[in-house]
Amino acid sequence: MTTLELQEELAKLYNKNASHIAEDTSELINKHRQQAFEDFKRLGIPSKKNEDYRYTDLMSYLKGEYSYEIAPSKFSVDLDDLFRCDIPELDTFIVLVLNGFYYKQNNPVGLPEGVIISSFAKASIQYPEIVNRHYAKYADTKLDSLAALNTLFAQDGIFIYIPKNIKIDKPIQIINIGFSFKNLRITRRNLFVIEQDSSASLLICDHTLCPRSFITNSLTEIYTGDNASFNVIRMQNENGNSSQISNTFVYQEANSRFSSNTISLHGGLIRNNTFAKLNGEGALNKTYGIFFGDNDQHVANYTHIHHAKPHCESDQLFKGILDGNSTGAFNGKILVDKFVVKTQAYQRNNNILLSKTARMNTKPQLEIYNDDVKCSHGATVGQLDENALFYLRSRGISNQEARHLLMYAFADEVIADIKLDPLRQRMNEMIEKRLRGELARCENCKVHHLGN
Amino acid sequence: MSAEQDQILDQVTSNEYKYGFYTDIELETLPKGLSEDIIRMLSAKKKEPEFLLESRLKAFRHWQTMKMPEWSHLKLPEINYQDIIYYAAPKQKAKLKSLNEVDPELLATFEKLGIPLEEQKQLTGVAVDAVMDSVSVKTTFRETLAELGIIFCSFSEAVQEHPDLVQKHMGSVVPYTDNYFAALNSAVFSDGSFCYIPKGVRCPMELSTYFRINAANTGQFERTLIVAEDDSYVSYLEGCTAPQRDENQLHAAIVEIVAMENAEVKYSTVQNWYPGDKNGKGGIYNFVTKRGICKGDNSKISWTQVETGSAITWKYPSCILKGDNTTGEFYSVAVTNNHQQADTGTKMIHIGKNSRSTIISKGISAGQSQNSYRGLVKVLKNAHNVRNFTQCDSLLLGDMCGAHTFPYIEVDNETAIIEHEATTSKIGEDQIFYCNQRGIDTENAIGLIINGYAKEVLNKLPMEFAVEAQKLLQISLEGSVG
Repeated sequence: MTTLELQEELAKLYNKNASHIAEDTSELINKHRQQAFEDFKRLGIPSKKNEDYRYTDLMSYLKGEYSYEIAPSKFSVDLDDLFRCDIPELDTFIVLVLNGFYYKQNNPVGLPEGVIISSFAKASIQYPEIVNRHYAKYADTKLDSLAALNTLFAQDGIFIYIPKNIKIDKPIQIINIGFSFKNLRITRRNLFVIEQDSSASLLICDHTLCPRSFITNSLTEIYTGDNASFNVIRMQNENGNSSQISNTFVYQEANSRFSSNTISLHGGLIRNNTFAKLNGEGALNKTYGIFFGDNDQHVANYTHIHHAKPHCESDQLFKGILDGNSTGAFNGKILVDKFVVKTQAYQRNNNILLSKTARMNTKPQLEIYNDDVKCSHGATVGQLDENALFYLRSRGISNQEARHLLMYAFADEVIADIKLDPLRQRMNEMIEKRLRGELARCENCKVHHLGN
Repeated sequence: MSAEQDQILDQVTSNEYKYGFYTDIELETLPKGLSEDIIRMLSAKKKEPEFLLESRLKAFRHWQTMKMPEWSHLKLPEINYQDIIYYAAPKQKAKLKSLNEVDPELLATFEKLGIPLEEQKQLTGVAVDAVMDSVSVKTTFRETLAELGIIFCSFSEAVQEHPDLVQKHMGSVVPYTDNYFAALNSAVFSDGSFCYIPKGVRCPMELSTYFRINAANTGQFERTLIVAEDDSYVSYLEGCTAPQRDENQLHAAIVEIVAMENAEVKYSTVQNWYPGDKNGKGGIYNFVTKRGICKGDNSKISWTQVETGSAITWKYPSCILKGDNTTGEFYSVAVTNNHQQADTGTKMIHIGKNSRSTIISKGISAGQSQNSYRGLVKVLKNAHNVRNFTQCDSLLLGDMCGAHTFPYIEVDNETAIIEHEATTSKIGEDQIFYCNQRGIDTENAIGLIINGYAKEVLNKLPMEFAVEAQKLLQISLEGSVG
């Protein structure tokens, strides 16, 4: 299959289902589809000739037979019993998204007044004013064809609204589940609006509960108002047949703080695109990530941090450990506009290759149009330190154990940044399991596995 | 302090090109334009053997199928290739035997540039192959070199006298299919330098070519080929200045280096072509393909460049590290001022085991210029124990300029250790303050800091060049901090 054939197939799919897709969403959402369709047709599926996808061969993961669901699946999932992505001692407002649709029985109780966590489709009808103010404002369909594709098919996802002056201590947790008897294409659309002087943390867990293949196109738009603070911790743990393309567009106002820690544990193809626009003085952006690759996995992180106003700071850190035939890619960019003075922007990418056949491509970029800045980037590709290994071995630690310790320590820099203690511990546990090969999938979900 | 700095900035940015003068020499030129006929005429004029004409035509046909590359971070103007004269040779009466026979005006030009052609040649120990508008006029020290078996002559001479060597190595590092400008050069190259170091010979002096673009409307298409046989060593210098002119001039050169077993080649460049005036008018377009191959084991190629001129620079001196235990080095200082644009860097392709590469790139941008570093470090599957260290720093002077870094790192072998780091900043006020406090005025302080910043690279230049380069930096930038 060529990119052109896939493009045509998707266009056909849309034409066939256009009326159903637009059924549950309001006009605010639907009015963007036409433009998105045109953009998608113009841009096509990015091939390796596209500079931004130079290292990600999308087609080799996206080809194949997939069905598409235009209505929520009928499975019933008991949040408490069947699925427990349990984090001991961590109490969260938990919501479930099943195959891209908001799960009907979600019931986050005890939310502070004014805070909304709901279905994206419903929100477009219930809160048209908020949605209209932010929807499709940050995701540029003209430049990114996958964002255009998402806007075209967008039906549901999560909508979060935190009004002014609300500080939520209890994190919000979104669990994205892929569960189907057929290979499935999923489109997910999220909108998170954090108004001024508010703060919240969000944990996103991506799981597949069966060995079917899923192709997920997920797009999240995030708005942080003046002085707002928003932390997103994201754990990606899908099966090896699945592909996930996830676009995140962040728009930050003055003195807002946004941080994200993306932990990519498993998945066939993981492509995370993060676009951030720092559009108010004093904004702070931290984009961190750790990824693990083995078998034929491909993990790619793409970042585009745009400093549009003076006195902002951004910090990117991406670390990767690659084993087996896996390939990794980092493609980061810092863009500083003219007259955007007193900018501080940093970018770092460190990688460890464990096997002969693992491969890493990295491309950290700076584009700076002004002199009053402090910007730096660094990238390394290497192995576990022989001296450190020897040190540990000489103290009676087995080779394997020593290697685990070093990898664990390597990952810790990203994890240590997570502020919620129980969550950080849980992530550490997950990573340890991942390194030991014990984490083929989330163990609590075993009962759901088809064909086991 | 800022008023003073503004004044200094003003002074520096209004600096006119120091080497802008024009030599009036009669030229023998071909008509404007590019076609198979022109290429045939050019080839006939140079009495070239059949194989060269064939390769020119092949390259031309390929070039016609290609498009101007658009990936660089440059604003490229439309270039009319039919509006360029592809051949201009200074008229010669007969074969020249001594300096006395050289056109005195030509000699005067070299005098102004300070090229050591006469007595200085012995003092400096520099053998000069002076290329003026495409044809070598005078080659010195030929005899001394010939005794050692070293061939150092113009490319046209090499074609006549050593066609076998030319045929064997030309295009082996940069094939005509490589890129748009390489194809163009392969089709229409006029002249250049050829250098051959036989087995086991250590070239006793720095070989140097001064390029100089002269006649108006003459695109200059140099071709340099350096072949270093087993166990040999050569240090090669290339320096450029060009007269001031309003019309843009195209320069698309190719430099090829072949280093066999245990050979070492050092290639140094100081490039100071006319960068255009304050308003970005005029200036040279410098689209160069430079590449060396470390063919034999333990060989080494080292590129050092100081780039201060040209309106547009598009240049990536690269190393293919094919042999085991080979070394590639790239040291660069690129300065852009006013409306200059530079997209420069290197490629290190690691194919052999234990190959090592070092990249040190220092960019300085001032005025409204854009300065980009673009580099590739590629480690192939069977290249074990590869080591690379890359450092590219950018210094920004003035709030209208831009500095960009586009490194590509592609690692396909788990034993490789690759490091890359880059910083972008302006001169620290604390550094200037520190100097001021010790009685060094701001202008000198900035000169000091910039020189210190570029030192790592300047140190790699041969003595004669280091002095010139340091001067160039002072002229083009000293004190221009905003």
